[in-house]
Amino acid sequence: MGPSDERWLDEEAGPLVRPYAMTRGRTRHTRADFDLIAIIACTDATPDERAALGPEHEAILEVTRQPLSVAEISSYVDLPLGVVRVLLGDLLDQELITVRKPAPVTDLPGERVLKEVIDGIQGL
Amino acid sequence: MVSKVSNPSDPHGGPPLAIKILIAGGFGVGKTTLVGAVSEIRPLRTEEMLTQESVGVDDMVGVEQKTTTTVAMDFGRITIRDGLVLYLFGTPGQDRFWYMWDELATGALGAVVLADTRRLDACFPSVDYFERRNLPFVIGVNCFDGADRYAPEEVSAALDLDAGVPVILGDARKKESGKRVLIALVEHVLDSMLRQRGTDLSMATY
Repeated sequence: MGPSDERWLDEEAGPLVRPYAMTRGRTRHTRADFDLIAIIACTDATPDERAALGPEHEAILEVTRQPLSVAEISSYVDLPLGVVRVLLGDLLDQELITVRKPAPVTDLPGERVLKEVIDGIQGL
Repeated sequence: MVSKVSNPSDPHGGPPLAIKILIAGGFGVGKTTLVGAVSEIRPLRTEEMLTQESVGVDDMVGVEQKTTTTVAMDFGRITIRDGLVLYLFGTPGQDRFWYMWDELATGALGAVVLADTRRLDACFPSVDYFERRNLPFVIGVNCFDGADRYAPEEVSAALDLDAGVPVILGDARKKESGKRVLIALVEHVLDSMLRQRGTDLSMATY
């Protein structure tokens, strides 16, 4: 969208609005706040436990067999971040995923990790 | 919560520790190009919808009244090793998305501000933002073909940078340039960290 047309809903607006139908209108989850780089992994849920899930929940469980960041999940299942966060909250409620939050702001990586990062980038 | 950041080599094979770096700068300065040059995956795109805070659960009407727009962010990933992953997020190019910047900047290690010497003013907002937030950053000058070349000191003076903020000249399309600017950032973060602990003699092992 151009810089000045955000006030208008055009033919692009349908898909922009519709995703929240998947969350039954919820824009926030009551419990969890999923950081962009929180790492999500699905747990070994039985098909029975997964019975009540929607296809979008299933899609998230599918891609998180390999642990993935919230941003990557949003990209892979092609849903906006806000929607993904609500769906992740549902999955967490049912203990179908685990969450590893990123380091808190006050606890950034230490010297050893940073040196590892420098070496890692150098070796790319 | 990550309980032990200083020891991320998780013996239990848990999910990896993720580090976030922001790639900022004006529209069209080459943020996604830089991300793509160093990322191990093709840059991914995630979107956030911004709506006015009036979405009600039972609200079946009124959708047509709502202001809705999307912010797209491109990002890439570098796996340093098992259990340690770097995410590079391009910031949304337009100033009206400060809302997203706050989320992006929270918990970030630091930022690369890409600059184009032909329109240096385009990176002023990014520089201001990271200075205000006290987030370490470096300037990566994307030397576009045909643009006049300037020395790092000239760029530094033109941007009125604090002494010590590194300025790196390069080409966002080139992997080696991307690596240099990222390494400069992490070294800058490390320097700031060690300076802050300067009085602690136990850190003299550096």
